[in-house]
Amino acid sequence: MRLAWREALLAFRRAPVLSVLSVTTIAFSLFAFGLFGLVALNIRHQLNQLEDRVEIRAFVVDGTNAEATSAALGDIAAFPEVATAKLVTPEEALKRARQELGEFSDVFEAGILPASIDVKLKPGFNDPATVSAVAGRIKNYDFIDDVRFGEEWVQKLYRIRNIATLAGAVLGLTFAGVAVIIIGSTIRMAVLARSREISIMRVVGATDGFIRSPFLIEGLLKGTLGGLLALLLTYFANSLIGKFVFTAEFFDAKYAVAGVAAGALIGLLGSAFSVGRHLKEV
Amino acid sequence: MIRFTHVFKEFARTGLALQDVSFHVGKGEFVFLTGPSGAGKSTVLKLIFLEERPTKGEVKVSGVSSVTIRGRDVPKLRRKMGVVFQDFRLLEDRTVEANIAFALEVTGTAPAAIGPKVSRLLSQVGLASKATSLPRELSGGEQQRVAIARALSNDPVVLIADEPTGNLDERATRGIFQLLRDINASGTAVIMATHDLELIRRAECRTIEMNHGTIVFDSAEQAGGAMRAEDDS
Repeated sequence: MRLAWREALLAFRRAPVLSVLSVTTIAFSLFAFGLFGLVALNIRHQLNQLEDRVEIRAFVVDGTNAEATSAALGDIAAFPEVATAKLVTPEEALKRARQELGEFSDVFEAGILPASIDVKLKPGFNDPATVSAVAGRIKNYDFIDDVRFGEEWVQKLYRIRNIATLAGAVLGLTFAGVAVIIIGSTIRMAVLARSREISIMRVVGATDGFIRSPFLIEGLLKGTLGGLLALLLTYFANSLIGKFVFTAEFFDAKYAVAGVAAGALIGLLGSAFSVGRHLKEV
Repeated sequence: MIRFTHVFKEFARTGLALQDVSFHVGKGEFVFLTGPSGAGKSTVLKLIFLEERPTKGEVKVSGVSSVTIRGRDVPKLRRKMGVVFQDFRLLEDRTVEANIAFALEVTGTAPAAIGPKVSRLLSQVGLASKATSLPRELSGGEQQRVAIARALSNDPVVLIADEPTGNLDERATRGIFQLLRDINASGTAVIMATHDLELIRRAECRTIEMNHGTIVFDSAEQAGGAMRAEDDS
C-alpha cells in the first residue's frame, strides 16, 4: 500500500501539467454542476418560502360563542397536517386588511370583517389535494361560514414546483453525466500516459489489483482536489452574485461535503473504470 | 519445462498466426527462435508468457497449463519468467537502480532486501557504476543490460528475449549475447527470438525456425533424427 501511495504521488510530480489539467477539468465540470446546484437550491428555497405562505382561512359565523371556537381551534391544531391554527378576531382582520389593502384604510368599524381561523400546514402537506382535504374537514364545523385557501394559486404553485423538480432532476443528471464523461476521459488520458509503466508492471508479474491501486489513489486525490477547487469556485461565484446581483443561498456544510465527496467518488470510479478497461485491452 | 502441444493461435483481425505448433524446451536449454517477420516468433513468446492464450492446443510452462490456469494465477507464473524486449521498456524518468528496484517492489520483495539485490544484479550485468544514471544517459547495449537485470530480478527459470539485439550494433550484440550465455550457464533457460543468422551460426545452439506460423526446422529434432539414424545403422 505504501508503494501504491508513493506511485500515486509520484504521478503528480512526474506529469505535473497533465495532473493540473486533470484536476482543473474535474474542478470545472463539478463547478458547472455546482452552479446548477446553486440555481436549483435557490429556486427550491424560493418555492419553499411561497409554500410557507399557503394558508387556509376559515371564516367564523358571526355570533358564534367563544367556547365553541376555542374547542374547534384545539381540534384543528391537532390535525396531523396542521402546523398552526390561530383565531383572528374581526379587529385583527381589519388591521391586517388595512396593512395589505389600502382601500380599507378609511374603514373604522371592525364589524365589517368576520373572525376567522387561520391554519398553516406543515411542510410537505401543501399540495392541492391535502390543502383541499383539510379545508373540507374544517368546513364541516357548523359555525364555519366559508373556507378559502386560494385553490387556483395552490394548484399553480404545485405545478411550478413539479416542473422545477423534474427540470432540476433532468438537468442535474445531464450535468452529472457530462461531468462523469469529461472526468472519465481525463483520467483515461492519465492512464494512457502511463501505459508503459502498466506494461512493465505486468511483465514483472504484478497482479491487476496491485497495478490498479496507484491509479485508484491518484483518481481519488484528483477527484478530491477537483471537488475542493469546484467548491471554492462556486463559493466565489456565489459571493460575486451576492455582491452585484442579489443575495443567494449557498450550500450548507452537508451539501458542500457531499459535493467534494462526489468529486472524490467520480475520480475513484473514473480511474477504476479506465484502468480496468486498459488492463483488459493490453 | 516449456511444452507446446498442437498449438493454434488465431487473431480476430490478422487471422491465423500459429498452426499446429509443437515443441519442448527443457530446463537450462538455450534456444534460438528465428524466421522472417510475421513467422509467429513473437506469438510463441507471448503464449509462453501467457500474454495470449492458444486458440487450440496447450502451452505448459513449469507444469502449469494454459488450459487450466486461472487469470489471477498468471502473475505468479510470470514471476518465474524474465522478459526482455527489443525496445528495452525502461521507465525513462527513473534511474537504472530504480528501474530494477521497481520490479522487485511490485512483486512484494522485502524493502531491506531490495538494495543488496539491485547491486548484485547490476554487478552481474556489468553496470554497477551506472546505478544512478537515467536510461537516456546509457547506450543501447547498456539499456538492454538494465532490462536484462530487471528480467533477472525474480530469479526466473526461463528468460524470454524478443529480439534483444535488434536495436544494437554488432559489438553491443556480442556483449548482450555473451551475457545471455552466462545467464544460461548458471542454469536459467533462455529462449531468444532473433533475425541475426550470423549470431545463430556462430553460437551453435538449438534453433527453431518458423515460417507462416509453423515450425519449419528444429535443430534438436534433426539432431535426434540423425542420432536415431546412426542408432538404426
